Amino acid sequence: MRNRFAEVIYEIGCKDDRICALVADISPAGSMVKFREDFPKRFINCGVAEQAMIGIAAGMALRGMRPFCYTIATFSLYRPFEMVRVDLCYQNLPVTVIGMGAGVIYSTLGGTHHTMEDVAVASAIPNMTVLAPCDPEEMSLATRWCATESAGPVYMRLGKAGEPDLTANAIEPFQVGKVRYLKKGSDIALLSYGINVAMAFDIAKQLEANGNSVSVLSCHTIKPLDKEGVRQVLASHDRVAVVEEHVPHGGLGSRVKEIAWDMGARCRLDCFSLKDEFIHFYGNHEELLNVHGLSVPAICTQLLEQK
Amino acid sequence: MTDTTFGNRSQIAVVFDQAAAQRRCMQYRRRILDISQQVTALHAAGAFSAMEMVDYIYHGLMRRNADGTSSDTFIMSKGHSCMAQYVILEDMNVLSRTDLDLYCKPGGRLGCHPDYGVPGIEASTGSLGHGMGLAVGMAHVDKSRGDNRLVFVMISDGELQEGSTWETMMMAANLDLDNLVGLLDHNGSQSFGHTRETHPKFYPIREKVEAFGWECAEVNGHDASAIHKAVMCRQGGRPFMLIGNTVKGRGVSFMENKPIWHYRSPTKEEYTQAITELKEICS
Repeated sequence: MRNRFAEVIYEIGCKDDRICALVADISPAGSMVKFREDFPKRFINCGVAEQAMIGIAAGMALRGMRPFCYTIATFSLYRPFEMVRVDLCYQNLPVTVIGMGAGVIYSTLGGTHHTMEDVAVASAIPNMTVLAPCDPEEMSLATRWCATESAGPVYMRLGKAGEPDLTANAIEPFQVGKVRYLKKGSDIALLSYGINVAMAFDIAKQLEANGNSVSVLSCHTIKPLDKEGVRQVLASHDRVAVVEEHVPHGGLGSRVKEIAWDMGARCRLDCFSLKDEFIHFYGNHEELLNVHGLSVPAICTQLLEQK
Repeated sequence: MTDTTFGNRSQIAVVFDQAAAQRRCMQYRRRILDISQQVTALHAAGAFSAMEMVDYIYHGLMRRNADGTSSDTFIMSKGHSCMAQYVILEDMNVLSRTDLDLYCKPGGRLGCHPDYGVPGIEASTGSLGHGMGLAVGMAHVDKSRGDNRLVFVMISDGELQEGSTWETMMMAANLDLDNLVGLLDHNGSQSFGHTRETHPKFYPIREKVEAFGWECAEVNGHDASAIHKAVMCRQGGRPFMLIGNTVKGRGVSFMENKPIWHYRSPTKEEYTQAITELKEICS
């Protein structure tokens, strides 16, 4: 995703001189170098100064630019939180904050580099749109939307690198503000976003091997959430599960439960998330997710238990 | 870049009418005191310390088109002093008398801190340490586009305790923003005390500003002609910071340098005394 993002930004930047990139001491990958070389005035490395990155981006947006702020998620959202809230959201400026490597992707870097509550934090701010595309293609479409159509601030949660293509056979197109069926079944629906959609596909495979017909949806727009779309998913499946690499509160699971309660949903609803804990475990991403209880076998076991 | 920015000094009034500035500032202070009687909190003292500098920004620094508008930008980063800005915008017919009469009241659009979208207000401030970043972003875009625009940002000495102010000042110098002018309302006082007591090792300020790659001058911030001279004598080529040494509550003896006046409005008796006392300030 990281490299594709750089390519897309470069491509849009060639056509639209309002596009600018501000980074906070993150090694610019691939085409980001090209962006910096070709558009030096529209590329600022603010250094290890995330408050400056967001504040300056806001000033640039006040002059009609459409900036992208890019660094590791915990530093792009938490460190400059009040700049995001006041400079971007209060003034409702079209600045996109990219949270790279969100969740616990940076497993061995420890809790300082884990972004486990960003969706809750970003979603809580008025005017903020929260996006979490699931693969490079969705990311590319989401980035184009941010660059050309968004009317206010966006927090976009991204993975790191090497995400598989999950949407080539999607049965619905990408549209900001709509949940998207990537595959449609009739028994169990799996709602997820970002890098966890890949996990949802793995879960679906196992559930199908057990004779279930499974839907997989990319909820790439977490805010504003497509309530009607979620209602329809809840109404048309016996079992619905949310899978997210985020603390249990304030993420997609919480939102889906709200909607389910409001509509009096009759389906079984399971939410799988990270634990509400800082876990001092050092291993790779998958191993850390496993400690949090987010693993394909664990989720399948629970979903296959009798209702 | 000096050609498009401050090198263009001819565009800034060469002669600044000090007497007229004094008259205006006295009227502005009176108007602020009048409004203070309608609300419990006004931040009058911080507005009074900034008064002459804000007046100079609007009447001396911002270059005017024939219709009175300006392409230059002013950001009141110490948002709690926006009363100084509101009364000037009213005087310039950018805000209406009704706007100020409805200050902090239902149906009005002016609060204790400036809101982006209100006529004449170019950025929302109020939380300290934000204005410099906004100003740097604006100035960078202007300079990149080759637009002949200047960005003025007024900060407080309290804001120099915010790391974000220094982060963005560092970037201003790195980006060679010679079209950016900061004005520091150095009144030495913050909500709960005097800055020389809370941060005694921070002084002198000027060398810190210069160490961050800025040009810096220090004057009496209530002396319009000294402010004017310092700005006119600027060398240029770098962002410029004018430290204006000021007195919080300037113009009303019982308000001067008393932290309690950071926030509260005078009582009726105090108001009467203040109005009586208020006279033209001759630096």
